[in-house]
Amino acid sequence: MSEVSPSGDQGSAVQPPEGAATLEVVEVKRGMFGAGGSGDTSGYGGLVTPITMPAASLRPYGSWFDQVVDVLSEVLNEGTATGGPGFDEAVEKVVVDLHSADSADARQAELTIHVAREHVAAVCQALRDDQDLRFELSLGVSGVHYPHDAGRELHAVYHLASITHSRRLRLEVAAPDEYPHIPSTTSVYPSNDWHERETYDFFGIVFDGHPALTRIEMPDDWVGHPQRKDYPLGGIPVEYKGATVPPPDTRRSYS
Amino acid sequence: MSAPTDHRPPPAPHATRPAGNEDMSSTVRAFEAYGDGDWDDIAREAIGEERIVVNMGPQHPSTHGVLRLMLEIDGETVTEARAGIGYLHTGIEKNMEFRTWTQGTTFCTRMDYVAPLFQEAAYCLAVEKLLGITDDIPERASVIRVLMMELNRIASHLVCLGTGGNEMGATTVMTIGFTAREEILRLFEAVTGLRMNHAYIRPGGVAVDTPEGFTTQARAALKNVRGYLKQLGDLMLANPIFKARLTNVGVLNLSGCMALAVTGPVLRSTGLPYDVRKDNPYCGYETYDFDIPTSKGADCYDRVVLRIEECYQSLKIIEQAMERLDRTEGEPVMVADKKIAWPAQLAVGGDGQGNSLEHIKKIMGTSMEALIHHFKLVTEGFRVPVGQAWQTVEHPRGELGVHVVSDGGTRPYRAHFRDPSFNNLQATSVMCEGGQVADVVVAVASLDPVLGGVDR
Repeated sequence: MSEVSPSGDQGSAVQPPEGAATLEVVEVKRGMFGAGGSGDTSGYGGLVTPITMPAASLRPYGSWFDQVVDVLSEVLNEGTATGGPGFDEAVEKVVVDLHSADSADARQAELTIHVAREHVAAVCQALRDDQDLRFELSLGVSGVHYPHDAGRELHAVYHLASITHSRRLRLEVAAPDEYPHIPSTTSVYPSNDWHERETYDFFGIVFDGHPALTRIEMPDDWVGHPQRKDYPLGGIPVEYKGATVPPPDTRRSYS
Repeated sequence: MSAPTDHRPPPAPHATRPAGNEDMSSTVRAFEAYGDGDWDDIAREAIGEERIVVNMGPQHPSTHGVLRLMLEIDGETVTEARAGIGYLHTGIEKNMEFRTWTQGTTFCTRMDYVAPLFQEAAYCLAVEKLLGITDDIPERASVIRVLMMELNRIASHLVCLGTGGNEMGATTVMTIGFTAREEILRLFEAVTGLRMNHAYIRPGGVAVDTPEGFTTQARAALKNVRGYLKQLGDLMLANPIFKARLTNVGVLNLSGCMALAVTGPVLRSTGLPYDVRKDNPYCGYETYDFDIPTSKGADCYDRVVLRIEECYQSLKIIEQAMERLDRTEGEPVMVADKKIAWPAQLAVGGDGQGNSLEHIKKIMGTSMEALIHHFKLVTEGFRVPVGQAWQTVEHPRGELGVHVVSDGGTRPYRAHFRDPSFNNLQATSVMCEGGQVADVVVAVASLDPVLGGVDR
């Protein structure tokens, strides 16, 4: 009945679908209605719900996704002769987000390749240079902080586009909070310069090998990385027409 | 999934040099600052000769807001140019994590305030992807979105051309540009109630249908806009002074654009017809008939020509969209799923725009359940399935990307905007170095950065 222990023992109790790799628990929610701090009269207060990101997809992925993953695998495995990482070493998992579509041919279907962080530059190089891949355009890096994803708290997401083949995919790279280092991809995509600076500024991910990794949006002497989940939003109560509106991060949350 | 094993010792904080490349440190000269010394002393020690660094901005009218340019100049020649940003950072992305999915549009519309409807559209398309309702958006809602975006594209290009002209001393270009933009802003006001910060496009559709007689009003206004566009073209494109100032200035070729991921008119001025509306269509753009103008010069003059051309192409799309608007009169503008659809029926009242009185009477007086549902949907918001989505749209300045992550709750777990101005400003140094100081203004104007979008 109870698949998840109330103690919040994450991961172990979550069963992935058959054949798929383990699921990534990114968040653990308690209770039923999101609102916390009030007396629980519903009886649902002890409910613990682990939030997991979509699991690794199984072949065939559909659409052009299989071809891209096959070619990437071929290119990476060829590269092992010159000291590059093999496909199994570099790619952790492949996820296809269908977004409720019937098949991967639908416009809203998206391909995510999870890459081991030490090999992200090699994977980018392969994706950019091979004639069957040709992801020439990097549309930047965005960070996501998952405090509950033990050992993989900080994620960097790279959005790539191929003008030649009209394709888009994203790479996802994870780093632990204790050692938030990811190799820079600026040698492959110079445009990621400012995007990596922004991700460093907001999340504290250090991109090793970046030419000048300094803060870009926040002042140089700013303490902390504002987009992390442990960084408070701040704000003051505002009085309007006699009523006081509390700051947004202290209002009731339903999530 | 376990952490990737890494046995290297953690380097000093903020070390960005690749580990294991120790001899690099010997090639980098170190300087020590102590006491009440001056940075100039260190600079003199490092360079040994006089260098003039001019700080242009952040408060300078020709920098389109609070852009700071650090120029090292030798006489009139710019030898080094760097852009400094962050002066308008307002933490919109962080704020969005503390509001419902619908309230997110109110925030992202304030990013690039010259082209607000593009952020709204991109964000809503991304949220709709996560909700799995991409195919359920009513046709009329998509048509209105296309119409509003194309109107906004013209308005944005007019600001770019107008301010760009003004910065070179051509005040008439500015006055014509802003007069024409005024016509479009009046249309926005008629539809959304506001001239900017619309929050009009909502997840699932648009907030309210177009007012009665809108297409008649719009056709009359666009006739004027077409006239103003012709005037602008006549004023600028054959003007010898204008051409002398812009031709072969701020050149950035195709490989430069691709390396720096510069998109939009700057990329198309190199001859590559890359436009998200054609490459990866959204909102039904594949059903409209329009062209992607390109040119070969890759300089500031070609970008002006392209922007005027794009305005005409947008007018072409708007005409087709208005025909469809007339055809779909009375059809819904919000997704049918009442668990997502915003329940408001907005109307202009004496105190501004709000819910119409009849609608309030109806929901308050007919069904208790409907009232509860309305209340829950507005205060709590709808839940969005776990996952992440990426959506790009063709913004007037290039490719705008939105990355949204949901943890299954009523608020975005993360919303990231890849603003085209933010990315394109990286090209400042490449476009300005080696040119004259006066060309910096022209080159930056041709990138058309809007700092609200850059800093977010």
